Amino acid sequence: MQKMPQWADVLLIPLVSLILAAFFSAVVILAIGENPWEALKIMVEGALGSTYGWGYTLYYATNFIFTGLAVAVANHAKMFNIGGEGQAVMGGLGVALVCLYIPFPHWTLALLAAAATAAVFGAAWAAIPALLQAKRGSHIVITTIMFNFIAASLLNYFLIGPLKADGMEPATARFPEAARLPTFQDMFSSPDNPLFRGAPANVAFFVAILACIAVWLLIWRSRLGYEIRSFGWSEPAARYAGISPVRIIMLTMLISGGLAGMMAINNVMGEAERLVLNSAEGAGFIGIAVALMGRSHPLGVFLAAVLFGFLYQGGAELSLWTGIPRDMVVVIQALVILFTGALDNMVRMPLERVFSTLRRAPKPDSKSTTARTAE
Amino acid sequence: MTLTTKLFSAAAGIALSAGAALAEPAIIYDLGGKFDKSFNESAFNGASRWAEETGESFAEVELQSEAQREQALRRFAEQGLNPIVTTGFSFASVLEQVAPDYPDTTFMIVDSVVDQPNVRSVVFDEHTGSYLVGVMAAMASESHTVGFVGGMDIPLIRKFACGYAQGVKATDPEAEVLANMVGTTPAAWADPVRGSELAQAQISQGADVIFAAAGASGIGVLQTVADEGVMGIGVDSNQNYLHPDNMLTSMVKRVDNSVYDAFSAGESLEPGVVTMGISDEGVGAAIDEYNEGRVTDEMRTALDEARAGIEDGSIEVHDYASDETCDAISF
Repeated sequence: MQKMPQWADVLLIPLVSLILAAFFSAVVILAIGENPWEALKIMVEGALGSTYGWGYTLYYATNFIFTGLAVAVANHAKMFNIGGEGQAVMGGLGVALVCLYIPFPHWTLALLAAAATAAVFGAAWAAIPALLQAKRGSHIVITTIMFNFIAASLLNYFLIGPLKADGMEPATARFPEAARLPTFQDMFSSPDNPLFRGAPANVAFFVAILACIAVWLLIWRSRLGYEIRSFGWSEPAARYAGISPVRIIMLTMLISGGLAGMMAINNVMGEAERLVLNSAEGAGFIGIAVALMGRSHPLGVFLAAVLFGFLYQGGAELSLWTGIPRDMVVVIQALVILFTGALDNMVRMPLERVFSTLRRAPKPDSKSTTARTAE
Repeated sequence: MTLTTKLFSAAAGIALSAGAALAEPAIIYDLGGKFDKSFNESAFNGASRWAEETGESFAEVELQSEAQREQALRRFAEQGLNPIVTTGFSFASVLEQVAPDYPDTTFMIVDSVVDQPNVRSVVFDEHTGSYLVGVMAAMASESHTVGFVGGMDIPLIRKFACGYAQGVKATDPEAEVLANMVGTTPAAWADPVRGSELAQAQISQGADVIFAAAGASGIGVLQTVADEGVMGIGVDSNQNYLHPDNMLTSMVKRVDNSVYDAFSAGESLEPGVVTMGISDEGVGAAIDEYNEGRVTDEMRTALDEARAGIEDGSIEVHDYASDETCDAISF
């Protein structure tokens, strides 16, 4: 029997955590002499009040969906992939190579090729730590985080060397017009009804939704997903059942790395349309918070990614139009991560207690029905 | 400035048609942040100097992500802010695309050239400024070994290193120049511990003058230099005051002047490429009350000669950025 109904687990806990985070953010904003209510209004209006705001919110969310899914898939095998950043960087490199050197007739082909290459590059970058974990027992947390640095150095080598365009900036040339992904503005806007003006959200968002569905099918509707979950719950039991740990570790990490790498079709191909040094911008790390908050479920990851997209875009509006410094915006984002991810039990345990007292109160027969529906 | 006043002024700006007197200037800092003790802070100082002198206000924003470059540019331009100053070469590609959409707004970019009719591009001759401090370093060094600690390994920093090495070699052909970069990610601009480590390594190899061109990482370099009792050279802003007993000089790059000039010109800011070099004191070796005791008369003479030589063309300082090679030093 669960300690509390599922809806409380999925909805109530994140909600209470968010309210707590919002409360403490308000205190911090008050302390620096700004009006928290005004700040909240700017954030909500800036991020959700117009199609323009949504265009940015969903752009950031797309990045976080990919990296969040990457962490979530690995989590199901109880592996902690904190190399999403490096894998996304390598995915970007793959996208850049494909877009710069292959003349595509149409963006659909470019998108398919770029997504595949990004996934292969990301997966390849996850493969080495995975192999070290599977064969040598080198801890995946250490190796993946080290690989982030190697990826950054490698990217730097390419951008000040072989791939650098003319000029001072360490960046590639702009991708050709044929590799340009349609943005929401191209797709939904008309001269009479301009929508998503100038916003970077693009067709990669729909690829991200497809990825959510694919991950759900993989984890809960496929034999491999079952093996990944059983391996995650108990490695000795999985081994006893004939599941090869090496195979599961490798496959899980390849899928995870591939998902992180695919983020590049959004930020590199969809937004920047060229590869810059700072392309991944910590999205790989935000992915960890997104997966934690989303309970490693694709729907949860999607919602958490949109929340973080909101925080990013709302934060940008805050620093554009108020005296709240950007470091304070980071503090607000950190508070949300702290309360939803790290301090989960602080909310969970009191709530569990509330639910168990509520459950004890009714008569015995009604108790059994609530318990059954809860499961 | 609150949102409401912003919106009011924007609405008023639209009502009074373009070019109304209400337009205030704006500045967009790069990801390093406005208090980086170096490049962005210098721009901020120029902007605040203008605000203090005129009593007017300006809009500003510190970026958090790459996607915000275009966002901030467009939002400020749509609010009627003019001119809009961006600090750093990373804006070049975005500005190239955004500028044509707002022909009535004048943009300015520092450290890169954007070829658009409404963009003013301000570039600095960092190589000649670095040459000057290289001359001083070679004369001050007793071990004939000098060091260079760069921030992130990018062409701009190699331009500093290359000019510096040429100045050293021109003064003392026997001298050895040790060069290290703090790192290869943007974190390299803010890693004083690693900067200190590199300075330590160079000192143990005999370097007794070290030039730090590494943003906030340079603070660590100069601290170690002071702790070990050798001499340091600061960068961008005049950093001589940091360690009055151990600073040889600072290679100043007057980003603040370029921002101040742009804000003063206001809407009549002239587009085009502006190169700030030795002759207009855009770059140079800082001499003030903290280091004048260490600058000998021979150094002053050598500096004057080098300055004159660069101005009349008899000394040619190779610019790394022109062909991405450097004979004086290998990376």
